[in-house]
Amino acid sequence: MRVLAAMSGGVDSAVAAARAVQAGYDVTGVHLALARNPQTYRTGARGCCTLEDARDARRAADVIGIPFYVWDMAERFHAEVVDDFVAEYAAGRTPNPCLRCNEKIKFAAVLDRAVALGFDAVVTGHHARLGSDGLLRRSVDLAKDQSYVLAVLTREQLDRSIFPLGDATKAQVREEAARRGLAVADKPDSHDICFIADGDTRGFLADRLGEAPGDVVDALTGTIVGSHRGAYQYTVGQRRGLRLDRPAPDGRPRYVLSITPKTNTVTVGPAEALEVSRVRATRPIWTGGARPTAPIECEVQLRAHGDAAPATVTLQADALHAELRRPVRGVAAGQAIVAYRPDPAGDVVLGSATITG
Amino acid sequence: MAYLDHAATTPMLDAALEAYVATAREVGNASSLHAAGRRARRRVEESRERVAAALGARPSEVVFTGGGTESDNLAVKGIFWARRDAAPGRSRVVSSAVEHHAVLDAVDWLAGHEGAEVGWLPVDGDGRLDPDRLRAELTAHADRVALVTAMWANNEVGTVQPVAELAAVAAEHRVPFHTDAIQAVGQIPVDFAASGVSALTVTGHKLGGPTGVGALLLARDVPAVPLLHGGGQERDVRSGTLDTAGIVAFAVAVEAAVKGQQEYAARVAALRDDLVRRVREAVPEVVFNGAPTDRLPGNAHFSFPGCEGDALLLLLDAQGIACSTGSACSAGVAQPSHVLIAMGADDDRARSSLRFTLGHTSTAAEVDALIAALPIAVERARRAAALRTPR
Repeated sequence: MRVLAAMSGGVDSAVAAARAVQAGYDVTGVHLALARNPQTYRTGARGCCTLEDARDARRAADVIGIPFYVWDMAERFHAEVVDDFVAEYAAGRTPNPCLRCNEKIKFAAVLDRAVALGFDAVVTGHHARLGSDGLLRRSVDLAKDQSYVLAVLTREQLDRSIFPLGDATKAQVREEAARRGLAVADKPDSHDICFIADGDTRGFLADRLGEAPGDVVDALTGTIVGSHRGAYQYTVGQRRGLRLDRPAPDGRPRYVLSITPKTNTVTVGPAEALEVSRVRATRPIWTGGARPTAPIECEVQLRAHGDAAPATVTLQADALHAELRRPVRGVAAGQAIVAYRPDPAGDVVLGSATITG
Repeated sequence: MAYLDHAATTPMLDAALEAYVATAREVGNASSLHAAGRRARRRVEESRERVAAALGARPSEVVFTGGGTESDNLAVKGIFWARRDAAPGRSRVVSSAVEHHAVLDAVDWLAGHEGAEVGWLPVDGDGRLDPDRLRAELTAHADRVALVTAMWANNEVGTVQPVAELAAVAAEHRVPFHTDAIQAVGQIPVDFAASGVSALTVTGHKLGGPTGVGALLLARDVPAVPLLHGGGQERDVRSGTLDTAGIVAFAVAVEAAVKGQQEYAARVAALRDDLVRRVREAVPEVVFNGAPTDRLPGNAHFSFPGCEGDALLLLLDAQGIACSTGSACSAGVAQPSHVLIAMGADDDRARSSLRFTLGHTSTAAEVDALIAALPIAVERARRAAALRTPR
């Protein structure tokens, strides 16, 4: 079987490629050039799209002994991920660009090209399990589990994906990299958003969306308690950086409850007002077995590093509803809701959808 | 394996490799005054004479360098600086749109950092320069032109330029003419004196010599400001300890390549013509790029409509066939060829191109291997390219 290993230049994808070779696949390494101008993206340890990363990926491929190429995905990445990221914030939502990149680039543009070129599957270094049963499960390393950002993949995409690292902890991956002589063994993890050079998401959005001053309104009293320079700079659940003019009557901290692009308003309130018991979501994908026709009991995860919460999930043709057994704080539109079935062999991803409210 | 990328680099000739190893075993700095130094110096000077004799130059016109890029930079920047120093108004460089990056980027650097104006000469659809365009350029600007630089033969599409005619036009206007002959030496007849050029770049690893050694043939009456300052070697134009072993091997390779050029060209051109004919049969829509006749014997260059060159390269590489898409950026991403763009190709055609170059080790079996692998590669690359529109 011929497989294409996506190699970011990090330790995970390097070990994943090496494990694929060991498993007997005919592996070709590909580094995705995602930056229109590599210098404008994160450098060194923090990113995944710089010239050093391309070099690290190439050296890993040399050591593993596989062919290596760089694929230019910059235009697609910009159109599908970066522009989408900006548009989602402008619409008052909180996008997850890694998830979007998986959905539109790694397991779409790259996978489709690979299949057209005669490859059978794409190998990545994501921390998630995908076994012969075709079910996507959480990694054994729950702290590094990436099943949440893979839950957007369809059955067809999963059928052409290989995640060799799901049964390893990050520490084991690093040990294995060192044992295999991969120089990236102790390369620091990448963080944050690869296409925001200095980590300043607000500044990045302000450069693209411009200043749009508006009011910060208290949800309880309806009064204006401050001003902002762009509603897109806020995300639901945010507490810091509100710069309110007046303290709340009860003296307790306030959080962003909602963003209304139409009126350019940021609404704030006390922590308990963030609590949500019911989540609506759109564009559902169901890969964990047959689509349920009746409500099912499962767990849901509502953001990338959030805890799973017990819920009753109802799947419809183009929507997904979840009734949470206990309220959860800080549910942001634009994030994914991922349904899991608890399982001692690794919680199984049942499906996912995009939160609308 | 089918190695069809001799224009990138070609295997060293056995004689050159043996000369290299034998010389590298000897100690001696060619600038030293003792016996070991004199022996090294003698090897260098004998090599200089061999290179000069093979290329129609005088020994004193041979400046050994660290290869083609250095020779091009030395010619372009060095002659520019010297000519401008002599007459401050002379700050124009005339070059062609199809030069190798070693010339192109040196010219761009002069424009960006030294205030040089640049007159870019266009090419026709075959990639050929027109001496009349150079004449018009020099008639308009001759007083201000520091130098003209135009390659002897193009590294991508293989088109051979009318160098002697271009040099004659430059001579009419008393402007020095540099030519990058890296792809030409050993492939077609190259004679420095007879061509009338003032400076000529040649490098070792394209003709069976080692990488990292080359020469700039520089006429004695053409001053050049050095890039490298130091010990004053190479008539003070190129300081640095002479690479005796590299120079010896380079001279052996130049001599052999020039001596065997006619026989080589006949054999390789026949193989190349066979390759072109069979590629056309296998992929009838293919577009053949470059001049049909005034062309390097080992070069075949095609655009494959509906394909991306880098996808074809990957697929052929997987079948053990080495070819080239042109240049890649520092990250390794294939770039559309500036040569094809200058020839009037659109971005798609430029990106759909592949270069196959034959050389002294090429065999009919290698062409067979290409023809066997090509149809399925083209079909797959076409499928991949059809996905380019975002869904």
